[in-house]
Amino acid sequence: MTHENTAHHIVSYKKLVMVWLALLTLTGLTVWVAQHNVGIGHVWGSLAIACIKSGLVVAFFMHMKYEGRLLRWLLFLALATLAIFIGFTFFDVLYR
Amino acid sequence: MTTVQPTPTSFWNDTGKTGITSWIFSTDHKRIGLLYFYSTFGFFLVGVLLGLLLRFELMTPGHTIMGPATYNATFTVHGVVMIFLFIIPGMPGAFGNLVMPIQIGARDVAFPRLNLFSWWLYAIGAVIVLTSLFTGGGPPDTGWTFYVPFSARTGTNVSLAVFGVFIIGFSSILTGINFVTTIHRLRAEGMTWGRLPLFVWSIYATAWVQVLATPILGITLVLIMAERILGAGLFDPTRGGDPVMYQHLFWIYSHPAVYIMILPAMGVISDVIPVFARKPVFGYKMIAFSSLAIAAAGSLVWGHHMFTSGMSDTAILVFSFLTFVVAIPSAIKVFNWVATLYKGSISLEAPMLFALSFILLFSIGGLTGLIQGAAATDIHVHDTHFVVGHFHYVMFGGAGFAFFSAMHYWLPKFYGRKYAEKPAIIAWALMFTGFNILYFSMMVLGLKGMPRRYYTYLPEFAPLNLVSTIGSWILAVGLVIMLVNLFRGLFRGEPVGQNPWGGATLEWSIPTPPPTENFDREPVVTHGPYDFTKAGVP
Repeated sequence: MTHENTAHHIVSYKKLVMVWLALLTLTGLTVWVAQHNVGIGHVWGSLAIACIKSGLVVAFFMHMKYEGRLLRWLLFLALATLAIFIGFTFFDVLYR
Repeated sequence: MTTVQPTPTSFWNDTGKTGITSWIFSTDHKRIGLLYFYSTFGFFLVGVLLGLLLRFELMTPGHTIMGPATYNATFTVHGVVMIFLFIIPGMPGAFGNLVMPIQIGARDVAFPRLNLFSWWLYAIGAVIVLTSLFTGGGPPDTGWTFYVPFSARTGTNVSLAVFGVFIIGFSSILTGINFVTTIHRLRAEGMTWGRLPLFVWSIYATAWVQVLATPILGITLVLIMAERILGAGLFDPTRGGDPVMYQHLFWIYSHPAVYIMILPAMGVISDVIPVFARKPVFGYKMIAFSSLAIAAAGSLVWGHHMFTSGMSDTAILVFSFLTFVVAIPSAIKVFNWVATLYKGSISLEAPMLFALSFILLFSIGGLTGLIQGAAATDIHVHDTHFVVGHFHYVMFGGAGFAFFSAMHYWLPKFYGRKYAEKPAIIAWALMFTGFNILYFSMMVLGLKGMPRRYYTYLPEFAPLNLVSTIGSWILAVGLVIMLVNLFRGLFRGEPVGQNPWGGATLEWSIPTPPPTENFDREPVVTHGPYDFTKAGVP
């Protein structure tokens, strides 16, 4: 991770607004999925949208797209842990 | 033994400040460690008092000294105080802060101000928890697990207690971040990963669990608030919610939290046993990696708390299997400690006696845990006093006795004075005896079918309950003797030298008490933590 990467990278307003609009669109999509009966796709669809939204926030608003390998690995470790925690609850929820 | 008086460079007298501000605004890891020690140990004594009251109530069937509502509140506060205010923050906060930076050859932790902030968060959270006892609808009565739907509906002051625990959770996360960074970045020259003392390895594994699992507790507690304040219905089946999901969320944190409690304790034992057996530890790498294995595998077994909660059979199978997997790295540690003792020149002083007790009591606690990890037998013992006995064997017989071992082993280093050995051994003998009478009786009662969390019981359980209560008194007498002897020794006892026990880790190579910045110049490490010959220790 270089000093330039952390201190000087500035994301343009245009890009930030585009990400914001994408987040709003995805939020609308989440509401739509919740209001329509799409079976098990309801859960997977909502999770997929949530993943994309958090990915956008982490990449652009939290600048992770412009960070070095160490921070990305640490983030990956936290996300992998979270995914395992959520995934293991499905051993219960899916088989009740 | 040489005698060394505190020097002007000692961390006790060089801040330029006096009174309480020299402590509560200090960024020195040793002062923060002692702040944690006294605050967490103070809460331990509160928890002990509540535990004695609970045992007194159970001495006879029916109303002995309290009714059902008071009993519910008392066991809840006993659990919350012991778990969230003593065991979880105790060992990392107190001995992790006091010893770990010195053991890796550092002057302080990586983020000293964050370290002080962590203690402040702990103190603020503790004050909020205490406030919840005397305000609103009175002390929470849900049990320390805050299970829904009861926690969402009870009129007692659950909201404030939950908020206090939420704040304490942040303290734990920040301590974890600080310790991981410190161990990665501040090791002295030559302090390779293969030369880290095993206490540091255990603190490192613990810190990762604190960082990765504690946020789940925060989220869970926020959801309880959402239920109570907003009526969100997240766990209400009539509104599409799922009460079992609360149990998942709670135990995703709270089972790994058991390893936050026990891993540092195992680190203490791994450091004490080689010193008092005068032998290098057996299987260093396996003990170190088993800490990481316990941290990783132990984070995946939470479902074994829910075998009778209506969870799916598939989940029961998976979580039962994983629970048995955790027994492997735990057993590796026990076998390696015993192998270290084999043909050692064993010296039975107080730290070692507590460490040896740990091996026995933790083994009993661990093996009785497998009875609950097996789904079939768990159905018989679930929510009985067997669980209470098992839990206390692991937490008190394990983490508690290791804490006492650490107190006798390391506190003289920081005070420059030592307790008297004979009263310490008498205290240990009383505590060990009282402990087993108290908690083994509970396990037998549980196997006979006595449920937990009731203030009364059937008449056939009366004799063993009386025995158990007498055990609690013996334990309490031992505890009082230990405390009087230890603290009298620390303030007025015989002065001790730089290395009273003959240890080979770095904390024994600096003056007693340690200077503020620990080392005159950065040490260069040339030998392993248990290589007594190369360390020049006889």
